[in-house]
Amino acid sequence: MVQVTGIKEIIKPENLVYKKTEVMTKNILSYCPGCGHGTAHRILAEIIDEEGLQSEAIGVSPVGCSVFLYYYLDIDWQEAAHGRAPAVATAIKRLMPEKFVFTYQGDGDLAAIGTAETIHACNRGENILIIFINNGIYGMTGGQMAPTTLPGMKSSTSPYGRDVKTMGNPLKMTDIVASLPGSYYVTRQSVHTAANVKKTKKAIRKAVQYQKLNKGTCLVEIVSNCPSGWKMTPVQSNKWMEENMFPFYPLGDLKTPEE
Amino acid sequence: MEKELRLMKGNEAVAEAAIRAGVDGYFGYPITPQTEIIEYLMEANPAETTGMVVLQAESEVAAINMVYGGAACGKKVMTSSSSPGISLKQEGISYIAGAELPCLIVNVVRGGPGLGTIQPAQSDYFQSTKGGGHGDYHLIVLAPASVQEMADFVGLSFELAFKYRNPVLMLSDGAIGQMMEKVYLSPFKERSKTVPEWATTGKPPTRNRNVITSLDLDPNRQEVFNEKLLTKYNEIREKEVRFEEFQCEDAEYILVAYGTSARVCQKSVQLAREQGIKVGLLRPITLFPFPTKRIKELADRVKGMLSVEMSAGQMVEDVLLAVNGKIPVYHFGRMGGIVTTPEEVVECLKSKFIGG
Amino acid sequence: MAKIRGSIVVNVERCKGCEVCMVSCPTGTIAMAKEVNGKGYNYAFPANPELCIGCANCAMVCPDGVITVYKTKI
Repeated sequence: MVQVTGIKEIIKPENLVYKKTEVMTKNILSYCPGCGHGTAHRILAEIIDEEGLQSEAIGVSPVGCSVFLYYYLDIDWQEAAHGRAPAVATAIKRLMPEKFVFTYQGDGDLAAIGTAETIHACNRGENILIIFINNGIYGMTGGQMAPTTLPGMKSSTSPYGRDVKTMGNPLKMTDIVASLPGSYYVTRQSVHTAANVKKTKKAIRKAVQYQKLNKGTCLVEIVSNCPSGWKMTPVQSNKWMEENMFPFYPLGDLKTPEE
Repeated sequence: MEKELRLMKGNEAVAEAAIRAGVDGYFGYPITPQTEIIEYLMEANPAETTGMVVLQAESEVAAINMVYGGAACGKKVMTSSSSPGISLKQEGISYIAGAELPCLIVNVVRGGPGLGTIQPAQSDYFQSTKGGGHGDYHLIVLAPASVQEMADFVGLSFELAFKYRNPVLMLSDGAIGQMMEKVYLSPFKERSKTVPEWATTGKPPTRNRNVITSLDLDPNRQEVFNEKLLTKYNEIREKEVRFEEFQCEDAEYILVAYGTSARVCQKSVQLAREQGIKVGLLRPITLFPFPTKRIKELADRVKGMLSVEMSAGQMVEDVLLAVNGKIPVYHFGRMGGIVTTPEEVVECLKSKFIGG
Repeated sequence: MAKIRGSIVVNVERCKGCEVCMVSCPTGTIAMAKEVNGKGYNYAFPANPELCIGCANCAMVCPDGVITVYKTKI
């Protein structure tokens, strides 16, 4: 491995502070530079590692940039049709209730074609974790408008900016899910700074605990960037996200269990 | 072991047979004329007895994707619907075939196209045997012609599904779904504890991760996979053809019919013979694989065949292909949800072949 | 008084030069190299290694997980 290092004397096994978890495979991630997917994957992998869930976890991957999620985390996976992951996960969890079952979906998957599956799985209170990566655009297919694209935001199918009169307003799926009695823990996080990575990790860890208690559906939305789709550098996209996405999709817990 | 004798509707027999066959999960949605299947299962509440999961999904789309998830875990799972709902399931069915997953889909056919009618028809033959969903795949298609077969084919379907890692379709119709007949029910079988080695059950340290997917962006690998499927379907064509013959030994004309049409044609054979016409009936039980070889053999010694199907003429194309021009082949069938009568079949046979 | 000193190891070929680690570093340790790796990306490297405190912010935000972090008391 070609590497560059800091002070060599400090590099000793007993000084190790942070290393990529073994639950991540050795495959190179296919994502664009700076894309939040990679960070989100790694947080999930770390939780699976730390909570000892590698032989309990069954993930359902979406259609979208993260369709090849199953190349990157070393657990059992099922590839779902576009939007159908919550239905697939419903069956897995009902038939194998002792497993840790989760879906990982983008905004098209969860909030466009999969709207019915998302709402009804949450409405039934299926004991699954839904991880929702919201970057307000369809990355994989080349940057089209998503249900979560902001008003005025340009995309390849809204080249003059999203016009709410003809294209509707952005859909706040997480808020809708939080209003359903079947959802147990609903939160919105991000992964673009170390502080937010820590918070997201905490949220996912909570969701894992709640699933063991069979309390209902947990939804962790991760507002993320799409440097390629937004046509910015990664650092610019994170700044744009803070200034534009966060006011519309505020971070924090939307629904927490009553103590 | 003793079989239990009951008087049941076709739809109910499917449901009862599923519980007894040790099915792990049923995911469905109401649609006429097959809603009794889910209603019976909900009332029987097998969650309490066998642990079988019964779930009313929010749509036929959701239901077939639940079947995908359960099948990928190596479980015996099924769904049922009728024509318009089966159309909705086509995406999921293609994915199930592409991921090589075992499952059972029951189609209790009603008249179409579109919302159509709720009366019986046989106009989903193309959808069932020629595709329905996208891509090069085939379903194993079983066509029950009685309430007994509605019950028996549930266990058979799962046997075939797991043997070939392929979805199986039971192609019934509204008449058989709704009629009541005597049925001998098999004793209760326990739900299986064996886990197929390809299933997603959580990755233990002793094996690599199992990934159930139908996606491959490398065309060379995908072609190898497509060839693997083709080999599988050819093996199924070799080994799994099922059909029944009725008075074909000395027949000069053959009626080819399945399901309700086959029951009608049994009477037609009797009526025709009373008029001195030597007619026989070939009843395909598997529509895929089609009894091509047998039809080809019969074409060598009969004067003509009449494909009888409650449709505008779908199965007749497969009969024509099998006969390959040797003898005349025609189609007859009522549509719109109307069940053909035995007399009509005889009249058609006479007018096409005997000219009178 | 003991001082915390850190040291990072960057997997050069897997770095995509996104610069998110550089922005997350509180001490100005990281910069982007003038050279490129095999994929053509200007990779991240510890330009001022003596400033590193081993906080692991960089490793935590790296989308590709290319950074390993060590830390000791001196």
